[in-house]
Amino acid sequence: MRTKIFISLKNGVLDPQGKAIERSLHTLGYTEVQEVRMGKYLELDIEAPSRAAAEHRIREMCDKLLANPVIEDYRFEIESDALSAIGHQPEAKERD
Amino acid sequence: MRWGVIVFPGSCDDQDVFNCLKREMGQKVKRLWHKDELAGQFDCLVLPGGFSYGDYLRCGAMARFSPIMRGVVKFARSGGLVLGICNGFQILCETGLLPGALVRNVGLQFICQQVSLRVEETDTAFTRGIGKGQLLRLPIKHGEGCYYADPLTLERLRKNRQILLRYVDAKGKPSPSANPNGSLDNIAGVCNEARNVFGLMPHPEDACSKLLGSEDGLRIFSSIAAHHGAGEKRHA
Repeated sequence: MRTKIFISLKNGVLDPQGKAIERSLHTLGYTEVQEVRMGKYLELDIEAPSRAAAEHRIREMCDKLLANPVIEDYRFEIESDALSAIGHQPEAKERD
Repeated sequence: MRWGVIVFPGSCDDQDVFNCLKREMGQKVKRLWHKDELAGQFDCLVLPGGFSYGDYLRCGAMARFSPIMRGVVKFARSGGLVLGICNGFQILCETGLLPGALVRNVGLQFICQQVSLRVEETDTAFTRGIGKGQLLRLPIKHGEGCYYADPLTLERLRKNRQILLRYVDAKGKPSPSANPNGSLDNIAGVCNEARNVFGLMPHPEDACSKLLGSEDGLRIFSSIAAHHGAGEKRHA
């Protein structure tokens, strides 16, 4: 099962990289942009007997290694083939 | 006194700690490879600075799972002295032996400079030989040394007097301008509640002879040695 994991800094944790990116965007004229926060994005394949089992394992990995609960939050999406196809369609339409 | 210096792939200050303890202080030191189980008798374990596992994912995140860390956690939980310097401090936070975390410096730059530090508490093995409020000159060299803890944890740190070192200006005040990396409350070093585990971003091992511009680092190591000596006498 293809899984996407999003790791973000908790509110209140300084994000100097996000701030620097925000300043760059402002310099480029995107002055409407505020509160840029930079995070991490991981993709992985996981074999599991069920979706629930995969979720359980991924939560464990995130708690143990992938995210640091002191400074980071995480969320993840498990895509089945069908779901990922649906997930990508609206985006493709918008582009047309 | 028997010291163990743990070497992870990417550690680079292990040799400096070794030299400081052995050459400058005449201590018994052994370097310990991270893949081995912790074996032998030690009075203090040092986790040195560097870039363990290339700082991949987060600084210290992977070193935490090195085989030797099981023994280090056990050693710390049973009251053994553990000192984490720079990357060692990051590893101890990731391991949960120390509260909080170290994140990217507020100015985004890697900082390499001499800083002034104030010793805030002296009822620990690491600072007992130094007077309260005394200033130390030690170098820092890090990109991710900004100390962070949530408000509740910070409150607990203050209440339990776990903040052992703060960045200060020439007058000894923890002013915002003296804060090199954006650390909360100018925190440069903290200990655990039991006061036997200490982590700090500055490098005492790089301030161990006049040739290096400061000998103040020796005061921390000597403090630990004196604490151990006093314990030996008590048991004798």
